Amino acid sequence: MSGPLLEIDNLQISVADLQIVKGLSLTIAAGEVHAMMGPNGSGKSTLANTLLGHPRYTVTGGDVRFKGDSILGLRPDERSRLGLFLAMQYPTDVPGVSMINFLRRAMSARRGEEIPVKEYRKELNEVLGRLQMDESFVRRYVNDGFSGGEKKRAETLQLGLLNPELAIMDETDSGLDIDALRIVAEGINEFRSESNGILLITHYQRLLNYVRPDFVHVLADGQIVESGDFSLAERLEAEGYDPILERVAEGASA
Amino acid sequence: MVTEERSHPDLQKPGVVKDDYQFGFHDDAEALVKLPKGLSAEVVNTISDLKNEPEWMRKLRLRALEHFHARPMPNWGGEIDIDFDDIHYFVRATDRDEESWDDVPEYIKDTYDKLGIPEAEKKGLLAGVGAQYDSEVVYHNIREDLEEKGVLFLSTDQALQEHEEIFKEHYSTIIPANDNKFAALNTAVWSGGSFIYVPKGVKVDVPLQAYFRINTENMGQFERTLIIADEGSEIHYVEGCTAPIYSSDSLHSAVVEIICKKGANVRYTTIQNWSNNVYNLVTKRAVAYENAVMTWVDGNLGSKLTMKYPAVYLMEPGAHGEVLSIASASGGQHQDAGAKMVHAAPNTTSVINSKSLAIDGGRTSYRGLVKIYEGAEGCKSNVRCDALMLDDKSRSDTYPTMEIDEKHVDITHEATVSKVGEEQLFYLMSRGLTEDESTKLIVNGFIEPIIKQLPMEYAVEMNRLVELQMEGSIG
Repeated sequence: MSGPLLEIDNLQISVADLQIVKGLSLTIAAGEVHAMMGPNGSGKSTLANTLLGHPRYTVTGGDVRFKGDSILGLRPDERSRLGLFLAMQYPTDVPGVSMINFLRRAMSARRGEEIPVKEYRKELNEVLGRLQMDESFVRRYVNDGFSGGEKKRAETLQLGLLNPELAIMDETDSGLDIDALRIVAEGINEFRSESNGILLITHYQRLLNYVRPDFVHVLADGQIVESGDFSLAERLEAEGYDPILERVAEGASA
Repeated sequence: MVTEERSHPDLQKPGVVKDDYQFGFHDDAEALVKLPKGLSAEVVNTISDLKNEPEWMRKLRLRALEHFHARPMPNWGGEIDIDFDDIHYFVRATDRDEESWDDVPEYIKDTYDKLGIPEAEKKGLLAGVGAQYDSEVVYHNIREDLEEKGVLFLSTDQALQEHEEIFKEHYSTIIPANDNKFAALNTAVWSGGSFIYVPKGVKVDVPLQAYFRINTENMGQFERTLIIADEGSEIHYVEGCTAPIYSSDSLHSAVVEIICKKGANVRYTTIQNWSNNVYNLVTKRAVAYENAVMTWVDGNLGSKLTMKYPAVYLMEPGAHGEVLSIASASGGQHQDAGAKMVHAAPNTTSVINSKSLAIDGGRTSYRGLVKIYEGAEGCKSNVRCDALMLDDKSRSDTYPTMEIDEKHVDITHEATVSKVGEEQLFYLMSRGLTEDESTKLIVNGFIEPIIKQLPMEYAVEMNRLVELQMEGSIG
C-alpha cells in the first residue's frame, strides 16, 4: 500500500452549533495502531461518529481522506463498504432482527455480493470460537437485551467478520470485567495486521496493556494536545489527565 | 454448528416488483346474474329467491335491512363516504360451486392462477380450499380423510341448504342482526363465505384456506363465515383477500362468527390485501367456552379504510383469547384496527399484540377494548400495541379502552409510537447496509413478533406485501 490509510486534516466538528472538535489532524498508515485518550467530553466519540458520517455531527472545516480520497460527502454505508468500521460505545438495539441475519447481510454488503451460506457459517463459527461465544448468541436479536459486555463482544465479533481496513474502536473496553477485556483484546489482536489500521479510543490504559499501540495521543477540548509512544499512556495512568490539562490551560492563558 | 435461520428470500432482493398493487388486474367476464345497483326489500327478496332459502332466513334478512336503515353511520373510526345506491349487492359469476378445479370456468381459473392459489393446494399445504368470486363461492374442496371424520367445509349458502339444523342453531347467535350498521347490512344481503364444522376431538393438522376476490366494479362483497369447533377439536382457517383497482370504490363488509366449545382450539388468520379503493368494514367475533383457545391473526395491508376489531368473548373459566395483528397504511389509506376482549368468567386470559406501520402519509389507529365483568376474578389480560412511522407525513393514534369491574385481576397495557430511529439507521448503515435495506430490516424486525406466528408460506407472503408497500414510498 502506498500512502496512509486515513488522513484527518485540521478537522472541525459541531453538534447543534456547538463546536466540539477544534482543528484535529492525525494520520494512520496500514499496520499502525493509534490510541486516542482523553477525559470525558474531550471529543473522542464525536470524532469516532463523524468518521463514519453520523448525521448528527456537522463538519465545519478541514477534511478526512481515506485511501487518498475525501470521504466527507459519503453516506455511512458508503464509508463502510470502502473499508471503515466503527465499534460503537453504545451499540443500538434492533429488536426482531437476529444477529445471524444481520451479520450475513453486513458481510454481503461489505463484499458487494451475497456470501454463500456455507462459507458464512464457516467464518461465523470460526470467529465465534475465537471470541469464546456460544452460537446461541447469534440467534438473539441485534443488541436486544444484551449486557454491556455482550454488546462489546458483539462489536468485536463484527470486527472479525467484516475485516475492515480501518477499525475505530470507541471505548470497547468500558464496562468489561477482566476476563471479557482479555477476550475482546485478543479479538482485536487477531484482527491487527500489516494491511490494516486501528484507532483505539479509550479513557484508560488497561486495554492498551493487551493491545500495545504504536502511537498514543491525548485529546483535550477538541484538539490533540500531546502525542507520543506507549510511555505516554503509562504516564497518564500514573499521573492522571490533570497535569497535561493544566499545562494546556497555562499555555492558552500565557 | 451454526445453521441459517429462517429467512425470507424475497426480502433480500430489493425492488422485486415496483407496482404499488400487483393484483390490480380484472377480467371482463359477463356475470351470469347481476342485480341492478341499489338496496331495497326487493333486492333482498331476490337474493333470497335466487338462493332458494328457507322462509326464516328471508325474514331475518328483511329484519336486518330495517336495522340497517334505522341505524346511523358510525361517528367514530374512519371517514366513510359510501353511496349505498351505487353498489351491486349481488353478482353471480357461475351457477355452480365446483368441487373439481377443472370444472371452474376458465376465466375464473385464470384469475386464481394469477394469484397463485391452486399451487398451494397442489403442494398439499392445505387441508381444504374455498374460493369466492364476487358474491358466491365458485370452488371448494376438502381432503377426503377429513370429510370422513365428519369435518364440514363448504360455502355458507350450501351449508344452509344441506345442514339447516346445525346452521340455524348457531347462525347469527354471536353477532345478532342489530349488532351494528354493517353487520345488519351483511345479514340483509349476505352471500358466500365459509361454513366449517369440526366434530368433537378432531384435530385438523394443516390449515383450511379461503380466497376472496372482488371482480365487479361498484361491487359489494358480503360473505358470511360461521365456524363451529366442537369440544376438544382444533382448526386453523386462513383467508386471503384481493380486488382489482377501479376508479370507484367497492365495499367489503363481512361477518365472521366463531364458536369454540370446551377445550377447542381455533386460529383464524387473515391476510387482507384489498386494492386501495375498497372499504373494508368487517365484524369478527368469537365465543370461547371452558379452556378453549381462540386466536385471531390479522394482517391488514390494503383497502382505503379498514375498520376491524376482532373480538373474543371468554364465557367460561380457563378460556383464552388472542389477537395478533399487523396493520400497514400508506398514502390515502387508513387502517383503524384493533381488538376486543370480554372477560365474562373467572380465570380467563387474553393477549392483544398489535403492530402498525404508517408509511408515506398513511394513517393507522389502534382501537381496543378490554372488559372484565364483576366477579370474573383471576383474569389476566396483556395488551401491547406498537406503532412505527416511517416519515413525518404519516399519522398514528391509539384509542385503548379498559372497563374493569373486578378488583382481583392482572391487567397490563403497553403502547409505543415511534419513528424509525436515527441511531438504528446509523448503526445498520455503518455496517454497509443502504438506507433502504436498513429501513426494511428495522420494519421486518418490528413486525417479527407477529410474523413468527404465521405458517412459513404466509410469513413469506406477509413480509413480501409489507415490502411492496414500502417500495412504493421509499424504493
